[in-house]
Amino acid sequence: MSAIDIIEHPLGRLSLESLPFYKMSQDPTLQNLINGSIAGTAALIAVGGAVIVAGLITYFHGWRTLWSDWLTSTDHKKIGIMYVVIAFVMMARALIEAMLMRAQQAWGLGGGFLSPDHFAELFSTHGTIMIFFMAMPFLTGLINYVMPMQIGARDVSFPTLNSVSLGLTAAGAALIMVSLVLGSFSTGGWFGYPPYTEMAYSPGVGVDYWIWALSLSSLGSTFTGINFAVTIYKERAPGMKLMRMPLFTWTALCAAILMIFAMPPLTVATAQLALDRYLGFHYFTNALGGDPMHFVNLFWMFGHPEVYIIILPAWGVYSEVISTYSGKALFGYRSLVWATMAISVLSFTVWLHHFFTMGQNANINAVFGIASMLIGIPTGVKIYDWIWTMVRGRVRMTTPMVYSIGFILLFVLGGMTGILLANPSIDYQVHNTVFLVAHFHNVAVPGVLFGMLAGYHFWFPKAFGFRLNERWGIFSALCWIIGFMLAFFPLYVLGIMGLPRRSAGYQQAAYVPLEMVAFAGALVIGVALLALVIQLLVSIRDREQNRSPVGDPWDGRSLEWSTASPPPEHNFPVIPEVTNLDAFTVAKECGEAYQEPDEYVDITMPRNSILGPVLGIFGFVLAFALVWRIWWLVILATLATFVTIIVRGFARDLTETVSADDARREHQRLLERVRISPAISRDDERAPVNVGLAKQGPAKVVS
Amino acid sequence: MNEATHDSTEQTDRKREERREFHSYVWGVGLALILTLVPFALVAWTDIARQTLYIVIGVLALVQMVVHFRFFLHLGLRRKREDLHLILFSALLLVILVAGTIWIMTNLSVRMALPMMP
Amino acid sequence: MSRNYQNFQYPGLNLGSAHPEAHKAAESMMFGFWVFLMSDAILFGMVFATYVTQLHATAGGPGPQDLYDIKSVFIETMLLLASSFTFGMASLSMKYEHGKAQLIGWLTITLLLGLAFLGFEVHDFLSMIDKGGAPERSGFASAFFDLVPLHGLHVTAGCIWLLGLVGQMLRYGLDTRTKLGVMRLALFWHFLDIVWIAIFSVVYLAGLA
Repeated sequence: MSAIDIIEHPLGRLSLESLPFYKMSQDPTLQNLINGSIAGTAALIAVGGAVIVAGLITYFHGWRTLWSDWLTSTDHKKIGIMYVVIAFVMMARALIEAMLMRAQQAWGLGGGFLSPDHFAELFSTHGTIMIFFMAMPFLTGLINYVMPMQIGARDVSFPTLNSVSLGLTAAGAALIMVSLVLGSFSTGGWFGYPPYTEMAYSPGVGVDYWIWALSLSSLGSTFTGINFAVTIYKERAPGMKLMRMPLFTWTALCAAILMIFAMPPLTVATAQLALDRYLGFHYFTNALGGDPMHFVNLFWMFGHPEVYIIILPAWGVYSEVISTYSGKALFGYRSLVWATMAISVLSFTVWLHHFFTMGQNANINAVFGIASMLIGIPTGVKIYDWIWTMVRGRVRMTTPMVYSIGFILLFVLGGMTGILLANPSIDYQVHNTVFLVAHFHNVAVPGVLFGMLAGYHFWFPKAFGFRLNERWGIFSALCWIIGFMLAFFPLYVLGIMGLPRRSAGYQQAAYVPLEMVAFAGALVIGVALLALVIQLLVSIRDREQNRSPVGDPWDGRSLEWSTASPPPEHNFPVIPEVTNLDAFTVAKECGEAYQEPDEYVDITMPRNSILGPVLGIFGFVLAFALVWRIWWLVILATLATFVTIIVRGFARDLTETVSADDARREHQRLLERVRISPAISRDDERAPVNVGLAKQGPAKVVS
Repeated sequence: MNEATHDSTEQTDRKREERREFHSYVWGVGLALILTLVPFALVAWTDIARQTLYIVIGVLALVQMVVHFRFFLHLGLRRKREDLHLILFSALLLVILVAGTIWIMTNLSVRMALPMMP
Repeated sequence: MSRNYQNFQYPGLNLGSAHPEAHKAAESMMFGFWVFLMSDAILFGMVFATYVTQLHATAGGPGPQDLYDIKSVFIETMLLLASSFTFGMASLSMKYEHGKAQLIGWLTITLLLGLAFLGFEVHDFLSMIDKGGAPERSGFASAFFDLVPLHGLHVTAGCIWLLGLVGQMLRYGLDTRTKLGVMRLALFWHFLDIVWIAIFSVVYLAGLA
């Protein structure tokens, strides 16, 4: 780190050898050629994709729009959409990696075609991306888009901070993408246990990529959590008591609180690992009093609440979806709220079940085992509530509903295997086998991913003003469900047969048939991903037939459906008064929806800010420089970050005004549309005639 | 009631409030000083058994934290206050996480024959 | 909105009726900052937990008794306590509008106390390294150099922030945004003093007992 170092190695450890095909060109054995080609192709896709996107933007003269309407925007809706875009891009990459891994194992008898290191890199990026750069941005995006409208607010409490969170998350995602091209990613798994990830055993840049990508993302998530929690506490419309909030908002609140309190242990764990690696500290080393087990403990104090951070919002989506497409109020709203809160608190008391076999005594294992099983109770309550919501409802089998029902069936199975694993003595038998892999995918894929996709289909017409193609949607959903079952049910059996997780190869011929089935499942999931892409393209092509500008295509129940699609930047012409749960349904039934307010007033909205993208860029540069140990750049980026924050303190005049006239014009356009549009019944929900105005049945008494 | 007298009562109210709040800081510093001096003195100049000393230090530290919350951060028990709920929730989580960690890691140290805890 | 703005409180010194605009703007801002501090408290809690579990991992190197200096810690404690008081005076001076000069005066004294604290702390660290207690020496030394300098870094950040705020005051006077900045920094500063109570009790006093 001395001055001479900086002069002699201005690019730190960066060199030609960092390129993915370097090894192949120096030592062209067959295995090196295969691995080099795959890595090189991936790098080309990453670079080529970026170039193509940049080219398209240039071709359509989109840079100015991109910068001033999107990247610097502080509008919670646009930020939400950008989060979801990140999530989809990262999901595509992680799914391709998953298919590669299944292929490797299917042909893994005696070794497979990938090198063990390459395979290890694949499962490390797959896990890291799916948790931090797929699930987290997806749920953050959905909450960002929907939650402020559900509580009748104009934006989140801290719109600029929201944009900064997005910038940091994007920086983390970009860092992982860069690891495809320069150097390689960690081989230490998504939880990066030391001492393997210490300098002594992982001297390359991989672990550093992992550390800094996680740090950026967890900083962003902490800010997001604070933002959401304060928004829900402080920005609710008058009359929106806590017990009148839609369930999705409730889950958003609980997830936000978990983010606030669960991210610090991760920050501590990764920071200490970084100190070990960069400055020779001894937190987790084998020598001089370091204790690797301490990392495990810290990591899972974050890791377990993280499971609920990603799954609670998905459960919120299911609650909204099932109630809306059943045409019924949610069964047991109160019990769902209490179950959500109970799960949130319990999630902080079970972290040890991730390391039952580490060596602590049986009493500790028993305490945490029992606590883990307790979570099954509130979760069971929720499952019953969702089923009872559908009973005697007018259930429509739309795409989100297919996901939801698939979720209920599959998640119960995943939950059951979870109860098995919560028993330490059983855990001793199957830990570190693919049984565990099957279990957590069985809760994470139906529990989280299906929920996110259901939410994407559910709110897409709200965000863009037209509905997604249902045929492709249902086809994709069925592929997801069937592909999931094929890919992961065999792993339960393989796990009990003793196949260790993370094996690049194996010597037991008996594993092959089931591995082949699992690979077939991965292919079906690949088709599902493809179907999602086709669905989006087809829907954009046919958008004129699927327009729903009035904004309520599903006869929705909460306030976000009362706005036009897409909604104006200020969401509501005047802040609504809330008198009941399911505020919009009540308004529609009482004939109070789509009314002209008594008077319009000027609306204060946050201005655009370059702070988010600028801090995102500096964060990325700082992390990149740290990974490659380019010290002069580290110093420069740190200074730049500090200066930016200080200069920002001097910024004034941060709001702009939407005049009462503009708000009136905007709203009257919606009212005019309401007047001329046909109100449709639920039979025509998927027909072109559905422009987003729901026909009301005879008024029901709502308690 | 005319404007002038209204203003002047508000003035005296503000004066009184200012004095009260000033005294709050003075009380805070006074109490904190005592609560700091006592444990320092005990550690520096006495030979009390270590276990007893740990307890005394711990209790005094907790009391001093409450003093700071009360007199410097003006956190009271009156009215409905989200920040107070939040701090109690945070304290609960801190206890769970820190106590859990110490429990688990101490047990591991003993069973793995790592350097022993006291 | 039909909410009564006199009817809420936020952590720290409440500005009240004389600053209606700032008082109103403070509600979300101060609550949000308070939430951040709670997150930070968990961060410190985890680092404390690390320290306690690594306490005996000295690996044959020097331990607490060999490294800590009670006099220096006592001086640091007094400096920080005094700075909490002077920051309180700054808050009062702002709330009761004693003028910009007085406010900046109290803030400057606070800054000097903070810097003095940091000076003593750096001196402590250097002398520890001198005595063979550098962080690379053992798990225990690593844990110490995680916890105490983390607090020191927070204080440093607070000092930079304070300078930034004084700059804003000189540029814009006491507008709402500056007032909110001072109020948040006050929370931060008092919060760091509370963390210091835990540090001098758990690390230093318990270590020397």
